[in-house]
Amino acid sequence: MSLTAEPSRIAQPARAILPTRGLGDRISALFWRHPNVLLITLLALPLVWLVVVYLGSLAALLLQSFYSIDEFSGQIRREFTLSTYGELLQPANLDIIIRTVAMSAAVTLGAVVIAFPIAYFAARYAKGHWKALFYLGVMLPLWSSYLVKVYAWKLILAREGIITWATDGIGASAVLNGILALPVIGGNSLSTSYIGTWLVFLYVWLPYMILPMQAALERVPQSMLEASADLGASCWQTLRTVIFPLALPGIIAGSIFTFSLTMGDYIIPQIVGSSRRFIGQAVYQLQGTAGNIPLAAAFAVVPIVIMLIYLTIARRKGAFDAL
Amino acid sequence: MRHLKLMGTTALAALIGITPALAQVAELGTPEGKLNIVAWPGYIERGETVADFDWVTKFEEATGCMVQVKTANTSDEMVALMNEGGFDLVTASGDASLRLVAGERVQPINLSLVPSWDTVDDRLKNAPWYVVDGVHYGVPYQWGPNVLMYNTEVFGDSPPTSWNVVFEEMDLPDGKTNKGRVQAYDGPIHIADAAQYLMFHKPELGITSPYELNADQYKEALDLLRVQRTLTARYWHDAFIQMDDFRNEGMAASGTWPFQVNLLQADGVPVASVIPQEGATGWADTTMMHVNAENTTCAYLWIEHTLSSNLQADLSVWFGANPVVPAACTDGRGMQTAEGCTKNGFDDFERIRFWTTPVTKCESQGECVPYYRWVSDYIGVIGGR
Repeated sequence: MSLTAEPSRIAQPARAILPTRGLGDRISALFWRHPNVLLITLLALPLVWLVVVYLGSLAALLLQSFYSIDEFSGQIRREFTLSTYGELLQPANLDIIIRTVAMSAAVTLGAVVIAFPIAYFAARYAKGHWKALFYLGVMLPLWSSYLVKVYAWKLILAREGIITWATDGIGASAVLNGILALPVIGGNSLSTSYIGTWLVFLYVWLPYMILPMQAALERVPQSMLEASADLGASCWQTLRTVIFPLALPGIIAGSIFTFSLTMGDYIIPQIVGSSRRFIGQAVYQLQGTAGNIPLAAAFAVVPIVIMLIYLTIARRKGAFDAL
Repeated sequence: MRHLKLMGTTALAALIGITPALAQVAELGTPEGKLNIVAWPGYIERGETVADFDWVTKFEEATGCMVQVKTANTSDEMVALMNEGGFDLVTASGDASLRLVAGERVQPINLSLVPSWDTVDDRLKNAPWYVVDGVHYGVPYQWGPNVLMYNTEVFGDSPPTSWNVVFEEMDLPDGKTNKGRVQAYDGPIHIADAAQYLMFHKPELGITSPYELNADQYKEALDLLRVQRTLTARYWHDAFIQMDDFRNEGMAASGTWPFQVNLLQADGVPVASVIPQEGATGWADTTMMHVNAENTTCAYLWIEHTLSSNLQADLSVWFGANPVVPAACTDGRGMQTAEGCTKNGFDDFERIRFWTTPVTKCESQGECVPYYRWVSDYIGVIGGR
């Protein structure tokens, strides 16, 4: 015992020169010598989240879509098959997919048309208070509840709502009735037609189009516009050949939002519209009440595939160059 | 109410053979001081929503059992919560109840420990949605019909007598067509309403239960619903959206729950309801006890309380439903009255076909179209296919 105690007493004076190396020091030394350890430590939690929770659930979803439901007993057969995907091609299911994609495209186009002038004004002309007002105006709807907005729109579009009242007041009810009489997109009233669903989608997702578009337009150099004018281009030519191509990445970035958000939404078409199903609603109904999880999963894969194609095209067009 | 709203179930539910009777409680001990219940929203009120509607406080004072309520919005959620455990009781609907029995999640009830059992409606004492092989896996809680609501300004002195106003194109008493002015329920269970209509009008199809349809009967029902699609501007899914549609969309008639009728009438909207000549579909809920319930004494005291207190009467007013104890309509134990019960469909029990899950192996004809097909086909019908 005394022998072992001896060296430690001798070693003690050394500590006066170098401070004691505590746990923190040693860990920091480890990180210094092996930077990768630091990286892994920092990333471990987010990575577990991303891989296990996020990608894991996606993989489980994908796996489910290759199962099928037994026609006779209604139980899920856990064998690999493509028959569930085959079911997607049945007319009723194909209708749902086409309906959803068409609506997403229409909403995106509408958003581009409406958002462009607003974003252009904000990027080029708005200064000071006006700029603040612009941001407030665009962001304000995002701060209120999504459901409140949708229910409010249901009232606005109702048959006995403010739009009908206003068109009656100015004697334009024939125009409104004419629009509602249109095949497919028309209906009994605005709130039970595709037009109504489209309007509400457009309203709810518009900020997601305006903001990236405005960011892109702000990056268009003033000098290029001046050069274009010096070379004798008309306003229209400048817009078409200079501004639009330069702002295209922003437009595509915005369209990714409007397109994918419309594809996944299942609440708006339930509240405003003719009850014809969209993909989100079909998934909700098939997995929840029917227990047909394979078909629900196959439906859920459709927007993923469409968005992957969409993103590939967007990348080619340079939508992510600014990232 | 919401049982029908999202009646989650798999055909699996009733396919599974029924389980052996499990051990039941033989006698009550001292109350455990707490009670955990899974219930539909609005089913267990303690005066916090509207002060007059309270059927918990007195129970807590009398027994010392503090009631904890976990609300569930769908039958799926209810079954999932009961599978997780940790609850004593559940107010299960017709679709969930048999699944819970088949899955051995609930225990038989010892009726000798429920003194008020004798007061329960004789029509419900042996109902097939909670009594399996003569064993009672619960005690009835409340029931109600799906009625036909109509706008009294449109129909005037001649209220509808048949569901045909929502199934076939016609001119309504105000001289205008019903096209675009009727609604139908958004859930696949609405196929049963069509089947019930056919039962009455096309007896040659041989439908004996609207929940048990063979391929031909099923096809006829879908064809009828395709006609309905051309009349329907929007299918209703959420009770409050439907109420809004009767206020703002000029709706004339629709199948609905008494709940909406009562609320709209209270708001002065000119609507009324009938159970037409074909009869109606309906829902019936049961209080069931978890197989591993910790607070069994409190649970039995609660079950007794559901039958003997103001609960039956006041809940039926609150929900537009019917008490399972007939006396609650008349003996003044709560706010319900004989007229109120009549309005909620109490006298029409025989004309109501209570909701059950359509399964492949059905009693009446061997092989029927299962529920998951109802779901996908109804999506197609609404989509115009």
